Amino acid sequence: MSDTTSSAVTPASVLPDVPRLPDRLVDQLAFPSRGTYKQMIGAFREAGFEMCSDLCGVDYLTHPGRTLPEGVTAERFEVVVNLLSLSLRQRVRVRVQVPESDPTVDTITDVYPGADAMEREAYDLVGILFLGHPDMTRILMPEDWEGHPLRKDYGVGRVPVQFKEAPGPR
Amino acid sequence: MSDEDEREMAGEDDQGEGDGTPEGFGLEPTERAHREAEEERYFVPETSEGIQELRPRGTTGAAELRQEVGAVLRLPEGGYVDPSDIDIEERDDQTMIINMGPQHPSTHGVLRLMLELDGETVLRTKPVIGYLHTGMEKTGEELTYVTGGTNTTRMDYLSPLHNELVFALATEQLLGVELPPRATWIRMLMCELNRVSSHLVWMATNGGDLGSTSMLVYGFREREMVLAFFEKTTGQRMNHNFIRPGGVAADLPDGWEDDVDVICETVLARTYEYDELLTGQPIFRERTEAVGNISAEEALALSVTGPILRSTGVPWDLRRTMPYLAYDKLDFDVIVGTYGDNFDRYSVRLNEIRESIKMIRQIAEMMPPGDYRVQDRKVTPPPRARIDESMEALIHHFKIFTEGFRVPEGEVYVSVESPRGELGCYMVSDGTSKPYRMHIRAPSFVNLQALPLLLRGAMMADAVAIISTVDPVMGEVDR
Repeated sequence: MSDTTSSAVTPASVLPDVPRLPDRLVDQLAFPSRGTYKQMIGAFREAGFEMCSDLCGVDYLTHPGRTLPEGVTAERFEVVVNLLSLSLRQRVRVRVQVPESDPTVDTITDVYPGADAMEREAYDLVGILFLGHPDMTRILMPEDWEGHPLRKDYGVGRVPVQFKEAPGPR
Repeated sequence: MSDEDEREMAGEDDQGEGDGTPEGFGLEPTERAHREAEEERYFVPETSEGIQELRPRGTTGAAELRQEVGAVLRLPEGGYVDPSDIDIEERDDQTMIINMGPQHPSTHGVLRLMLELDGETVLRTKPVIGYLHTGMEKTGEELTYVTGGTNTTRMDYLSPLHNELVFALATEQLLGVELPPRATWIRMLMCELNRVSSHLVWMATNGGDLGSTSMLVYGFREREMVLAFFEKTTGQRMNHNFIRPGGVAADLPDGWEDDVDVICETVLARTYEYDELLTGQPIFRERTEAVGNISAEEALALSVTGPILRSTGVPWDLRRTMPYLAYDKLDFDVIVGTYGDNFDRYSVRLNEIRESIKMIRQIAEMMPPGDYRVQDRKVTPPPRARIDESMEALIHHFKIFTEGFRVPEGEVYVSVESPRGELGCYMVSDGTSKPYRMHIRAPSFVNLQALPLLLRGAMMADAVAIISTVDPVMGEVDR
């Protein structure tokens, strides 16, 4: 519940001894910059986070005033990575700000090969490009699809649905 | 296809990615040119179906080669493999790329695989998904927290209650409501029954894929008992919308103990019949043992969870390791395998049915009395009888079903153990009555990544069995 207000976790504070939280639903949060993102993911991998359990993109176009720790500038997009440590029985959530003008971020597939499909999904639906990904193609939408459906400026009824054949001339 | 066509297609694709940023994501010109060249290489000359196809051997990059043999999964951190060290024969002329699905009956829905075969042996596999994509995450942003359950329940249609559960847990976590104990225990009872029915369908379809039509019939027969109980409790066989934020939709029906008892007794007895039918049967053993192996490191690296991870010997079950609801009060075993082959995945699931039945019996015994939902009028509607006599109740009822309730701003990730693995829900709220972002971490979607590794080196005839033991539910994969 109160995890948005918990203080930012840096690799330096997390890595030596990761504090255990009593409630498993309150996770550790980390807000690296795009430059330190990959380095931080690597540091978490070495600290015993064996699995990248989830990765998704969020478009904050219509909700810019979200709670962020000091020193983090809100950008339009955010990549949210949920890492899981089986040995520590702990989760950590890494949130990276990605600007609209250059929606690119480093891939983490070489650290966590399991992020492959998730990064493709984030690219497909939100339009965040992962640099260095071995196969940065659409995964759920058709290859020739225009636009990224989970962006907030992509209307729900953008593609009209025709439920039956249009009546022809009689 | 002529070169012109190729260029045209590549051009179209670029436009699609641009989407309002004509410079193409603000990439550096050199980077962009490099990307275009990369994309042109994707096209296989003989096909017009675009870039999701399996590319010819000659154009496979080093990263892909490493992934193909699983080398990338076993590397220490920061280590790299020299691609020339990998022993992969580049014989374009002797291998054959075939397409399997999306209408193949054994792909459990609309899964499509591109397979590269060397004779009867599978070399490379590329799952192509998206044929059932209906934009449910986008739909979820348009539905309120009250109506959102009807959307999430349709994702994994074999375990709808787990989908509802993860959605409800995420909402409650943001709301900060505490459930009455009976609601929690009813949720556990329904979820474990759902796990039984889901694993029974898996037993049935896996039996069917391996040629045991009897198992196909038996599995669905037993599942029907569970579904009949669901219908009695929730009103529907599937897509219940029973677990809602704030509790469950209704109390258990009168005499539920007897129904549950009959289900437990019958299904448990039948699992021993399955033992006789399949477990000890030589043909079944031959087809499943040492087929489709995966190691624990590979499974972890590929983010594989659920029975596939446990079959490799990793005792990771969220019900035990990160307990939610009241699973810490139950006595049960986490079933693990040893070799991570088809047979281990089969036995993990079969024994999980027995464990679930053990749990259901404990839950039925310990079911606490009380309310089945929170009596907070801002979250759950008032009882029907109150609406006739109280204006306030009428207003609350009207507000909940028209506008919904407002959820405080925040973001949360909640995960539960679904029959297929870790089912997660990442929910962002902006303080309104609709989720700002509702992302579902679908276990089958992630588990499908293990297919290329499982299938490599397997016989074509085993491909169907291996797909089956991954247990993908395409409604959840594509969402």
